Formats: sequence, structure tokens, C-alpha cells
Amino acid sequence: MTTLIRIELLKIFRKWRTYIGFFAIGALVIIVQIALYFTGDNYIKAMTRGFQDSFIMVGNLFNGYLVANLVLGGLFIHIPFLIVLVGGDLLASEATAGTYRMLLTRPVSRLKVVTAKYCAGLIYVFLLLAWLAFLSLGVSCILFGTGELISFSGRLIIFSRDDVLWRFAGAYGYSMLSMSTVFALSYFFSSMVENAIGPIVATMAVIIIFIILSALPIDFLKDLSPYFFTSHMIQWSGFFNDPVDYKKITESALVLSGHIVGLYLITTYLFIKKDILS
Amino acid sequence: MSDQIIEVRGLTKKFKNITAVNNLDLNVYRGDVFGFLGPNGAGKSTTIRMLLSLIKPTSGSIKIFGKSIKENREEILRQVGAIVEKPDFYLYLSAYKNLEIFGKLSGADISKKKIMEMLDIVGLSKRANSKVKTYSHGMKQRLGLAQALLHDPELIILDEPTTGLDPQGMKEIRELILYLSKTKNKTIFLSSHILREVELIASRMIIINKGSAQVEGTVDDLLNMDKLTVTFEIDKLDDAINMINNSEWKEKMGSSSSREISFQLVHNEISSLNRFFVERGFSVNSIIPIRSLEDFFLKITEGDGK
Repeated sequence: MTTLIRIELLKIFRKWRTYIGFFAIGALVIIVQIALYFTGDNYIKAMTRGFQDSFIMVGNLFNGYLVANLVLGGLFIHIPFLIVLVGGDLLASEATAGTYRMLLTRPVSRLKVVTAKYCAGLIYVFLLLAWLAFLSLGVSCILFGTGELISFSGRLIIFSRDDVLWRFAGAYGYSMLSMSTVFALSYFFSSMVENAIGPIVATMAVIIIFIILSALPIDFLKDLSPYFFTSHMIQWSGFFNDPVDYKKITESALVLSGHIVGLYLITTYLFIKKDILS
Repeated sequence: MSDQIIEVRGLTKKFKNITAVNNLDLNVYRGDVFGFLGPNGAGKSTTIRMLLSLIKPTSGSIKIFGKSIKENREEILRQVGAIVEKPDFYLYLSAYKNLEIFGKLSGADISKKKIMEMLDIVGLSKRANSKVKTYSHGMKQRLGLAQALLHDPELIILDEPTTGLDPQGMKEIRELILYLSKTKNKTIFLSSHILREVELIASRMIIINKGSAQVEGTVDDLLNMDKLTVTFEIDKLDDAINMINNSEWKEKMGSSSSREISFQLVHNEISSLNRFFVERGFSVNSIIPIRSLEDFFLKITEGDGK
């Protein structure tokens, strides 16, 4: 199994499309960092305008933690597109290229093949998020230093500097669950078609439709909203609440985990039953 | 291990309303170069895909090395090398890397030396590190053969292996197949619609059409099933015709021209008639059998040869 996963990782990382995500995140984070480097003080002033008459703000409020928090919130809805570029390609590209015929005539079970690809895809998701964390948190802390974290989750919360890192760890960990769900969906679509474009478009269409439906101020749709996985993807921000609503986060994490496992099982079933005609 | 390498019984595959393979029986024995002939759309590739468990039969059974492919897929595939239709590779990887991947997946311990040896056999060692996307169709075909042979399989299934090759390349592949069969004692299952190819290298064959077997047997037997039109170019033609008219060959003589006489013969009569001329002092300049396996094949698939 390890050999299979290594082979799948080799295939993923020998394709240029794999690096689009890394370049895109790199470019976006650097641009945001440069912009904040020059205008960060204005941003803090704008954020705290309503409180300046009542409170005296002291300490280093514009720091690496704030930048990381802003980047995570800003990029979170765009990262799925970078995930599906690879997830949607994993199985469909083998069909497109005709390499299924080579791959599946080897003495390796289809279960192992589909599982190895799934694991390799999850490793890609992890590496992409690790890259995001490194740039947005690691590099930002080097550039802007550390300090207290101002968070606006309906209300202004200021976390002391020694109360921040574990929240980021939780948020990035939860992001891994959210993005893995996106990956699992694109992988599922990828197993059904012979062209990578279809899974990419289909996954993004599902995400966009669910987000739009959740956002519409219609009671019926509001009731449906908890059943959309997209509603649970944003729970990473719960780690920047005080107190943290662990019950809500756990429930959402379980919903996403269910999607990840469920989609894997369905994909595996379809793949094992599939006639290879490409 | 059984001497029957492939045993197929009542194999059927239906795609909705289309029957691609219909109640097919096949027998391939150890050491055979088995020709699997049929026109395009006859069901050859569908059969091969079922042999390799790429698609599931609607009904029927497949045994390879005496074991059901359904229950023993991995064990069987360890001993099988295959090209299914055109060989496709990971174009963004080098030939070497592709073979390394398929070698690892084959479960055998494939060394770097072995990969290079295989690339050398198919004439690609100098391009081992070039990405496959820079390869011509013929080079990919040869690389396909290399991946099929890489893990030294007992049974080699080749689906149209010479497609896209130039005449020299086709000859090389034919020679390689014969070498594998005769020297390495491999069993070869060769699908082709290039009939001359099968005629030259196969020991046994089956012809299928519209998913059904039309005829199965040794190539020699099938060649002798029907008469050939064989044209002899001989000197002293008038004397030769007179002599034929006074011999048992008279009934088999057909038309004649100023330099040639045609006969309706079965395959093993050609040498007898040649001997007949030579022993009587005639010079036979050429013998052209215009009834080849191709005629036979066309006749069978057109439906009047059975």
C-alpha cells in the first residue's frame, strides 16, 4: 500500500497542475502581506473605530496572527477550487489517458488502487494547507511579529498572545476536514467520468449552489442549511470565539467526516464495479 | 500447472442492447502463439478486457492457468503481461519512470538493470529518460511491449501489437514474438486484424465475428480447409500444359496465360505439384498462392465460409 501511495504521489507531483495551488496561495498571501505591511495600521484603525472612544488600545494589535486570521478567512472559499484541480483529475485523468488499461491489468486490487489515490489526494490537501499555514502564519509572524489577536466574530474579542497558537492549530486542523470533504466530492465525481473538467466543474457547482442556497433569506432554505456540508465547512472560525463552542464544532466535524468516509465508500464501490472501457 | 493456459466457456458480454461477445469458447495451450482474429468491432478487445478483468462478463467463465480470473485475479495477473489496444502511458513521465512504476505494480522485483535491458530489447534505451509525450506512436507501441514483458510473465496478451509500426518495426515485433514463444517458451495470445501477421507467427487461431467464434484450430488446418488458387510461372508452358493434361493434376488445373498456369489446390498440394514440375525438367520461376488466410478470413467473416 505504501508503494502504491508513493507512486500516486509521484504522479501527482510530476504534473504542473498540482503546483497551481501552491503558486496561487503563495502569490495571494504575499500580496496580502505586502498590502498589509503598508496599510496595516489603517486596517486596525478602521476595525476598532467604534471602540476608540470607549477603550484605549495598547500592545501590538497589527501582527502576524491578525494577518494569518485574515488570510485564512479570505482564502477559505477559494481554496476548494485549488483542491478540485487535483481531486477531480486523480481518477478521470487515468481514464482520459487510457492508463487504466495498464494500471488495472497489474496484480493490484482495485480497492488498493482507489484507496492509494484517495490517500495521496488527502496528502496533497494536507500539504496545501500546511503551505498556507506556513506562509500566512509562519512568514507573517516573522514579518509582522506576534502579539494579541483581534477577532471579530459578531463581537470584538482580543486574545492574549499565549492564547492564540492552539486556536490556529484547531482552525487549520478543522480546515483539513473541510478541504478533505471538497476533495472527497471531487474524487467521487472523478470516478464517474473520463474527463477531469467534469468533476472540477461539478464539485464547484455543488459548493457554489449550497453556499448560495444557505445565504438566501428564505425560511425553508434556512431549515435546509444544516444539511448542506458547506454550512459545516466554515466552523474553523469557531476556534476564534470565546468561549469555543466545542459541541457545535464536534457536530460539524462529524458531519464532514461522515461525508469524507461516505464519499470514499461510494467511490470505491463504483470503481470496483466499473467496466474499464477507456 | 495445467497445459491449458486459457479456458473460456460461454463468454458473453452485453452492453445494454448490444451483444459485444456472444457465447464464446476459447482454448489456449501452453506454448501456443494463439491468433485471435476478427474484423474491427468483432469483439476482440472486449474479450481481451474480460480476460484481464477490466470488464465483467455478463455470463460465462474464464479460467487462466486453471483458475478462475474472478476469484484469483491478482494471482493470475502476476503471470500475465498485456497490451490492451494502444499502449498508453503517463506522458509527463519518462519511459524509464513509466516502466519503474509498472514494474513495482507487477509485484516482481524489477531492478534498474532489468528495466534498461527491456528498453534495449525494444530499441528505446537511448530515449529512456525522454518523456513519453515526445515519443512517436511506434515508440509507444514498443514501450508497451517492454512493459508487458518486464516482469517475465508466463502468458503474454497482445492486442494489435504492430498497429502504427513501419514494416521494419512490424518485422521486429514478429521476430520478438517468435523468440518469446520458441526460446522463452511463453504462451502468446495475439489479437490482430492484420491477417498476414497471424499467418506468419501463430500456431493456432480463432476467427470471431460479431462476438461469436466462426472457426478455431491450427493455422495449418485452417489453411488447408479450402482450396487455394495457386499460380505457377513455368518455362516451356505448352509442354507443361500437355503433361498436366495427361496427369492426375488435370482436374485441378484452372486458367492459363502465356507464362502462367493456375491450379485449385489445398495447401499441402503446392509442394507436390512443384515437385511434379521439377522432376520432369521444368523450371518453376515463381509460385503465387493467391488464396491466403486473408481470403479465408474475408470469406469466413462475410458468412459463406463456414
